[in-house]
Amino acid sequence: MRYAMAVDTKKCVGCGDCVVACQTENNVPHGYCRDWIVENVAGTYPKLEIELRSERCNHCENAPCVRCCPTGASHIVDGGIVLVTHDECIGCGACIESCPYDARYPHPEGYVDKCTFCVHRVTDGENPACVDVCPTHCLHFGDLDDPNSDVSKILKNRKWKVLAPEAGTKPQLYFLT
Amino acid sequence: MKTRRDFIKISAAGVGAAAIGLHALSWDSVTAQFVADGDTSPVSDEELTNYPTFCEVCFWKCAGFTYVDKKGNIRKIIGNKDDPHSNGRFCPRGTGGVGMYWDEDRLQTPLIRETKADGTQYFRKASWDEALNLVAEKMNKLRLEHGPECLALFSHGTGGKHFSHLVKAYGSPNITAPSFAQCRGPREVAFTATYGEDVMSPERTDIRDTKCLVLIGSHIGENMHNGQIQEMSEAIDQGATIITVDPRFSTAASKSKYWLPIKPATDIALLLAWMHVIIYEDLYDKAYVEKYTFGFKELKEHVKNMTPEWAYGITTIDPNVIRKTAREMAAASPAVLVHPGRHVTWYGDDTQRSRAIAIVNALLGSWGRRGGFYNPEKVHLPKYPAPPYPKPKRSWRDAYPPGKYKLVTEVLSTGICDASIPNADLDCHLRGWIVYGTNLMASLPDQKKTLEAISHLDFLVVIDTMPMDIVQLADVVLPECTYLERYDPIRTSPHREPYIALRMPAAEPKHETKPGWWIAKELAKRLGLGDYFNYENYEDVLDWQLKKVGSSLEEMKRIGVKKFNREFDDLYFLQNLEDFEFNTNTGKIELYSTELEMEGYDPMPKYTHHEEPADGYYRLNYGRAPMHTFSRTSNNHNLWDLMKENSVWINPKVAKLWDIENGQYIWLKNQDGIVTDFPVKARVTERIRWDSVYLVHGFGHTDKKLTRAYGHGASDSKLVSKIHMDPIMGGTGMRGNFVTFLKEKPGKEVNA
Ligand code: SF4
Ligand code: SF4
Ligand code: SF4
Repeated sequence: MRYAMAVDTKKCVGCGDCVVACQTENNVPHGYCRDWIVENVAGTYPKLEIELRSERCNHCENAPCVRCCPTGASHIVDGGIVLVTHDECIGCGACIESCPYDARYPHPEGYVDKCTFCVHRVTDGENPACVDVCPTHCLHFGDLDDPNSDVSKILKNRKWKVLAPEAGTKPQLYFLT
Repeated sequence: MKTRRDFIKISAAGVGAAAIGLHALSWDSVTAQFVADGDTSPVSDEELTNYPTFCEVCFWKCAGFTYVDKKGNIRKIIGNKDDPHSNGRFCPRGTGGVGMYWDEDRLQTPLIRETKADGTQYFRKASWDEALNLVAEKMNKLRLEHGPECLALFSHGTGGKHFSHLVKAYGSPNITAPSFAQCRGPREVAFTATYGEDVMSPERTDIRDTKCLVLIGSHIGENMHNGQIQEMSEAIDQGATIITVDPRFSTAASKSKYWLPIKPATDIALLLAWMHVIIYEDLYDKAYVEKYTFGFKELKEHVKNMTPEWAYGITTIDPNVIRKTAREMAAASPAVLVHPGRHVTWYGDDTQRSRAIAIVNALLGSWGRRGGFYNPEKVHLPKYPAPPYPKPKRSWRDAYPPGKYKLVTEVLSTGICDASIPNADLDCHLRGWIVYGTNLMASLPDQKKTLEAISHLDFLVVIDTMPMDIVQLADVVLPECTYLERYDPIRTSPHREPYIALRMPAAEPKHETKPGWWIAKELAKRLGLGDYFNYENYEDVLDWQLKKVGSSLEEMKRIGVKKFNREFDDLYFLQNLEDFEFNTNTGKIELYSTELEMEGYDPMPKYTHHEEPADGYYRLNYGRAPMHTFSRTSNNHNLWDLMKENSVWINPKVAKLWDIENGQYIWLKNQDGIVTDFPVKARVTERIRWDSVYLVHGFGHTDKKLTRAYGHGASDSKLVSKIHMDPIMGGTGMRGNFVTFLKEKPGKEVNA
């Protein structure tokens, strides 16, 4: 099993609903977020293009954050989800430094936090909160080992890219272009 | 300007914050509190209880469920999958609705304005009894001395119905919502003049099934009208062509096959040129036009010389693009939708522009057709028994000479302002206002006029959940609980299938706040109008109504949303050229409007040139951001996290000219010398034309009690001091204002 997410940049409108839904689902404290929006504008008036991306932890297959964690709090579970065990995390921040995507933040309670792919929902067979709330249906989630999953199907039919492939982290967040 | 009131900057009065009892916790401590007594991990849905509701953060009214944990804390709001407004997905504002409940700046108790010996004014906490008695006393006095018609109600949102019922029972016809004259009025009047019916809310636009969607200044995706954005996304999947006309490279423009970067204020010329191409290239739906329309010959003659080349000189849009887009539309016909927009009060000829949109749709045969405009249905709930309303003897219209704004179909909120200012021809000006759920300082243009009207009032009562700017001006403030803590009337908005939705409380009202129905009922009791509110609890009303249509409160508490069968099988009622009589003078779709002609207006839309910015000035455009609903949400912590302030969009060429850097804070000054209260960040971006600037509406709050929103960004409303009135229906065109930049903090004298 290999969980992954695809973000359709052709449909995302950058509304931030995925961010708010994550906040309320995961009790993310105000002022912090586990997912965020990037808007890239290219060109000059009136020849313009915008790419909108909803970003979060890439649940990298080759995760530097896990490798560098001195306590083992950062670890990988079934389906490739990268998690942080709050009780074991000493808040040293090494993982924050090592992540090429700036996906982690120091939680005010003293540990490091980030996107969990809503593991508590996913293990119940549900989608992550951001996926289920997105009004443009531009987030796709599922198991890459299952050719019939939403994410497998859309990656087969569409062009996509990943961010910072040169970092060699094997990210599992795909951007449909 | 001097008014009877200080525009209470409560801090200036010195006693304010303490007297008001709004000791805002700093957000850090609130966060800590929230996190510390909850636990920091997510709670699975099994451990949460959910209660049906429908959202009140915007008019779309999506239905969903409020989730509450074992401690009674509201945790999240999730859409109801059975609801066609949300399809189980709320927009960011609706998802962030929890922030309204948790907002530590909420109004907590009734407040009464007091004046100290030295003349300074402040708010004093009051009990409900005291506040309600005072309001009733003022209303009784007004009724006795001047007649009930001297009272006006401004209302916005579902809960407003309780107060319009109260005000009608009291005997006044002056009930208004800024959504007409400041928003969609021209569209409704224009479509009614053309088709005998209006566009309604939510809009009857079949975006889901369209093959070609044309957006004129409407920025779906930035305005998060949930159903529309969802359907636009579906249409993109289906391969629909999107054509966007906007001087700004909007999000929608970035999803479009064609973006027409039009020169502002010239849309009518483009629409006329489209008509020209569609007619003279024989692209129109002939059978449809022949069977249903009136005035085709006249229209053909009218647009004869309005070629794409003619329009090019006005709009700066390449004639080839005008032709190509017209052909794309025609190729998709009748599954083509030239969207009527929603906020359409721009330049004062807005009814005519909306007419032009209606006419293009008619030529393409999209009204009553799949992929165009469908015929919605709604459930009609019987009215809970109450005595008939008294007949008012006067209305706000007496303030105008006969013959002005002849086609106005709803009460003009700006008309209420005019009728509140004494003048010799008026035997009685309006003397009391009740303002429910709308921040008039942001929702009405021309703040000076609004303040003047308020200064003449005997009393102003504000009912709200938050200390919005208008609250500062109130004599009595009645704090309502949020929509998550109350019952309200059943939602019956029209849709493809008729649906009803229930809103019920998920938690006890916080602090000393009360639901609107209770406030209205208590006032009625004190005014001797108790018969109109003949129930103990609003649940009684809901259950009575629901049972009449074969449901019950008990059932709705379980399911939240209920679907009914359509009465008629006519969703696409003109699909196969069915016989149909339109509700117009000729019984036809009026390309040539006999009604407008009779009232002395142009029967067919004409392009008129609008004023252009002077040297060094730029047209002020404004719009929405997806995470905020006007000023209403700007203090909501969840949404504030996403967007804390607006910025002024400036084209890089212009920025260079002024030597303004991206991110630099500047002030804006309009053509009348009005300067923003606070500095606003410059966003230097290619996404805007060089002749205009852009602000997201709803920022620049002046009330310090909005601890997060206060002082952030610029208020576009403040800069809209010049109004271009639509002579047909009194709409307030707001896009004829121009601003220039001040790089230094302006001195006091500039602000005066
Ligand atoms: S909710 Fe969807 S459309 Fe909105 S920003 Fe997130 S991914 Fe984009
Ligand atoms: S995105 Fe960053 S935090 Fe997430 S797995 Fe990769 S390296 Fe770790
Ligand atoms: S569109 Fe958003 S704000 Fe409006 S009612 Fe729906 S969820 Fe609420």
